[in-house]
Amino acid sequence: MVNFALENAWLIPFLPFMAFVLIALVFKPLPKVSAFVAITCMLTSFVLAIQIGIGVFLDAERFIEEPLKHTFTWFSMSGLTIEMGTQIDPTSAMMLFVVTLVASLVQIYSLGYMHGDVGFSRFFAYLSLFAMSMLGLVIAPNLLQMFVFWELVGLCSYLLIGFWFFKYSAREAAKKAFITTRTGDFGLLLGLLLLQINFGTLDLVKLGEMIPNFTQYGLTASGLTVIAIILFLGPIGKSGQFPLHVWLPDAMEGPTPVSALIHAATMVVAGVYLVGRSLILFQTVPAAMTFVACIGAFTALFAATIAVTQVEMKKILAYSTVSQLGYMMLALGCGSLTASMFHLMTHAFFKALMFLGAGCVLHGMHNELNIWKYGGLKKYMPVTYWTFLIGCLAIAGIPPFAGFWSKDEILLVTYNMFAHGHQPIYLVLFIMAVITAGLTAFYMFRMFFICFHGELRDEHAHPHEAPFSMLIALFVLAALSIVGGLVGMPWLEHPFGYYVRLGHFEHEAPNYFIMFGSVIVACIGIFTAITIYLKKSISHEALAEKYKGIYTLLYNKYYIDEIYLWLIHNVLDGLGRFLWWVDITIVDGIVDGVGKSTQGLGSILRRAQTGKLQHYALVLFAGVVILVVIMAMTGTSSASSMLGGVR
Amino acid sequence: MDFPILSVILLSPILGALISVFIPKEESKIVKSVAGITTFISLALTVIVYYLYYTQHLATGGMQFTEFIPWVSDLNVNYSLGVDGFSLPMLLLTNIIGFNAVFSRSWSVEKRGKEYYILLLILIAGVMGTFVARDLFIFFLFYEVVVIPIYIMVIIWGSGSKTKAVTKEYAGMKLTIFLLIGSAFLLAAMIWMYMEAKGLRGGAATFDIAELAMVKFSERFQIIAFGMMAFGFTTLLSMFPFHSWSPDGYAGAPTSVSMIHAGVLKKIGGYGLIRVGLFVLPMGAIAWAPVIAILAVANVVYAALICLAQKDMKYVVGYSSVSHMGFVLIGVATLNLIGLNGAVANMFAHGVMSALFFSMVGYIYAATKTRYIPDLGGLAHQMPVAATGFVIAALASAGLPGLVSFVPEFTTFIGAFKTSSQLIHVLAIIALTGVVLGAVYVLRMVANVLFGPRKEEWDHVKDIHGSYWIPVVSLIFIIVLFGVFPSLLMDMVNSGIEPIAAKFIQAATQIGGNI
Repeated sequence: MVNFALENAWLIPFLPFMAFVLIALVFKPLPKVSAFVAITCMLTSFVLAIQIGIGVFLDAERFIEEPLKHTFTWFSMSGLTIEMGTQIDPTSAMMLFVVTLVASLVQIYSLGYMHGDVGFSRFFAYLSLFAMSMLGLVIAPNLLQMFVFWELVGLCSYLLIGFWFFKYSAREAAKKAFITTRTGDFGLLLGLLLLQINFGTLDLVKLGEMIPNFTQYGLTASGLTVIAIILFLGPIGKSGQFPLHVWLPDAMEGPTPVSALIHAATMVVAGVYLVGRSLILFQTVPAAMTFVACIGAFTALFAATIAVTQVEMKKILAYSTVSQLGYMMLALGCGSLTASMFHLMTHAFFKALMFLGAGCVLHGMHNELNIWKYGGLKKYMPVTYWTFLIGCLAIAGIPPFAGFWSKDEILLVTYNMFAHGHQPIYLVLFIMAVITAGLTAFYMFRMFFICFHGELRDEHAHPHEAPFSMLIALFVLAALSIVGGLVGMPWLEHPFGYYVRLGHFEHEAPNYFIMFGSVIVACIGIFTAITIYLKKSISHEALAEKYKGIYTLLYNKYYIDEIYLWLIHNVLDGLGRFLWWVDITIVDGIVDGVGKSTQGLGSILRRAQTGKLQHYALVLFAGVVILVVIMAMTGTSSASSMLGGVR
Repeated sequence: MDFPILSVILLSPILGALISVFIPKEESKIVKSVAGITTFISLALTVIVYYLYYTQHLATGGMQFTEFIPWVSDLNVNYSLGVDGFSLPMLLLTNIIGFNAVFSRSWSVEKRGKEYYILLLILIAGVMGTFVARDLFIFFLFYEVVVIPIYIMVIIWGSGSKTKAVTKEYAGMKLTIFLLIGSAFLLAAMIWMYMEAKGLRGGAATFDIAELAMVKFSERFQIIAFGMMAFGFTTLLSMFPFHSWSPDGYAGAPTSVSMIHAGVLKKIGGYGLIRVGLFVLPMGAIAWAPVIAILAVANVVYAALICLAQKDMKYVVGYSSVSHMGFVLIGVATLNLIGLNGAVANMFAHGVMSALFFSMVGYIYAATKTRYIPDLGGLAHQMPVAATGFVIAALASAGLPGLVSFVPEFTTFIGAFKTSSQLIHVLAIIALTGVVLGAVYVLRMVANVLFGPRKEEWDHVKDIHGSYWIPVVSLIFIIVLFGVFPSLLMDMVNSGIEPIAAKFIQAATQIGGNI
């Protein structure tokens, strides 16, 4: 079975694709069958992914040395060959596991959440298409295949954000998501083209061998830096990094299972995954790596500050996702594939858990969005309460929950870049990351206390616990949020980093100073939240009033959306309107002018006359030819005899 | 001689037109069936030819299924047909679109249906003829055959626009005059080339393209003649600043004419530019390539920005078609195998995708009687099938991987970066922004036309029904098929383009320069 899975890894993306085709063409009128087909295919993929995980785990050395690849030629011509296929190594095996697991859980959860929706079948079709695309991306052996599926996950994200297309806000959010990520993809595509031109391949393994010797391929270090930074624009868009983060919070217009699966656990980490897959490129040129780290750390802090003031559960979680993605980018900017992939995995568990929990709350509160209308939900939905608490503890970085281990790893690698790598800028980034950790703990528990403690503020609401089919996912994800991080404990002989890594494995001694420091920072955040929102010793309203300027700035997300909108409406559309005016008035004007005035036409034709005899002969000849044609068509007389006469 | 399959493909729609003449005009449904059957015969035979070529002749390449009948022997004009890897995709495209155009809904075809279908069949046959002609004279003849039905169809069955003060008469006239001026230059260049070749070949005249390509024309002649030809062909390909006939024309034309015109007819420009311009006059092409590249980028960016300001669906698709032709022209300007492959594949891709787009826009227009975007909205409620087709066309237009247009665009850009010209590198980067702009304007239109709250005023409109299913299903099938299996197209194109690209390696050594 393990061997079968390893040899037929293509089945993992193919099965959900089959589900998509079957639902779209056959089962659409039958919602229950559609869901059954989708979930069956997804679970089969999950089983296969586990088999692959086992295979890789048992024979890790081999897969780390040389990934298992199966490829075929997609299209080729002289000087350009593009392949497609599968590549199995510990990193992709880990991702296959995470994606198929979360996707399966979310599909099961959706049985309850989407129950009775008119687009029930369509929803499962889209989810299957998404799973296919994401798995195709994860398993890709080259960057072009990644790009192909990268665009397809973008499409699925578009379709699912706009799933309730009759909502004005959903339609706008879907459009915004696609266009914003497309802006980043401009860079990604350009980067890919430049890599293909310079190295003649986009194969991950081959590029990994070629890029360190880039001078042999006629590239300079600054040239390669530019390529790396251009390429990084794609991940900036997809993984919601500053300044292209604006689409991700709006993407919450989609149904909540979509937010959990696509906009928290899987698709948005595609950018992180892509940078991780091409990390050698960034490691070769340190300036590009520092750039990645700076963007990551800044995004982490920036989004965390916004999350502090938001009033919708899903919006807070969305900004928190942006912030956590920043952490992952920071880890990559420190050259640590291990830390970023580790955090990617734990984040998938606890963030999916919290989104699905938020879904239960929305379900119980009949889609009331404002958290100030909630309160005391602990009483009405205990399962959601306890699992959500686990998620909060995990993201806040309280040991032994999953987030603690992975966040600690990121802080550690950042600090080491400063301490051992002697790059002072990383100290700044480290401090930013620590502040973010404190803010994260604060805003998470702020939301938690407002929602679940105190008294229910909306008197008309009748909150109730979600059905069992929705709770299954919460149980599984809560369990993983508790123990999922233990695989990365620094005291293990073969921790997570032994499998998922780039280069040699070195046992890094645990840094107790950072470990305790980060816990203390998290506790400060939690206690502040307790003081303000649970014990209410300090009035949050008074605080908001006192720091009104900052509060308004944060509440309005630094007005970045407004700035972009202004630019689009005035600069881009303005340019469009101006050019249309040019087209109608000037280009058309000239045409009409020429057409109306024979004199004008004549003056142009006159220029064609060079005064050379051969040109006049040519015109004469043209006349003859036309005559011949007319005669040949009508057949009145022998064309050839007539022509003979002319000659 | 073998079975003259190309002639049969060519004559089937003509036969259909002839039969239709004798059908009473009240029976326009029967005329439509005749048109459907005869175009289907052509399509089926073309698929067979494509399949045979793909499986048997791909390695050797060259013209196959040739037919040769001497015609005007003193001028050495011959009825000489044949297909290779370059013309076959174009022929296939013509037949796909021709067949689907018959079944696409247009708002005004109910009146004088018989005449409409007769003209449509002549139009389809004319376009096919240009792609199978090996003789330059025949090529030109077919091209002229095409212009006349277009003019009549636009001014009789066309429509005006709400956003621009354009009547269908103006649109039809503008389109026709532009194409005629372009073809006048073509004719002059062609005849001059014929004379010049006759002199160089020691009095042996020929119109055969392959033989003309073997003549060693002087560089000066090549530059001038290529300039004239390029003017003619790029006008047809709606190159900036000779593009303005195209959005007006497409907006004014009935659905099937827009489909055929944007889908294949303007591709005759690209086909001729490569087949005659590049193949016969390579040194002229080298001299003009930078100019073409610059104007191509103007096409991509300028037209895409104009699309942002459009409120009429047909103008969006019309300007988008101008924008896409920029990608084709960039591929042409690279003058290398990869770039040219990209250009040709892009012509095919844009053909099927714009045909689907125009078909869906035409359907919605016919059903709602408006193309004005602010009037529409939420149509996905009332017409989910048309909405699906519309969205897929939009995504293909935005170059989504897995659909037909991604690989051609990617290949074009690889070709552009493979040139040693810094200018083309910079231009290609600018053109790449078209990928983002393309997504912006199509998704805006999709959002404003299809999504959003349900509008009750459209509750009476009917979704795709009856034979209107044919274009939706078959065009989506083609778009996905060639998107998922691009080698079906790329291998074919590559075998046709190889001899043409080889000319540039030769030409480069002749003039001792780099290209």
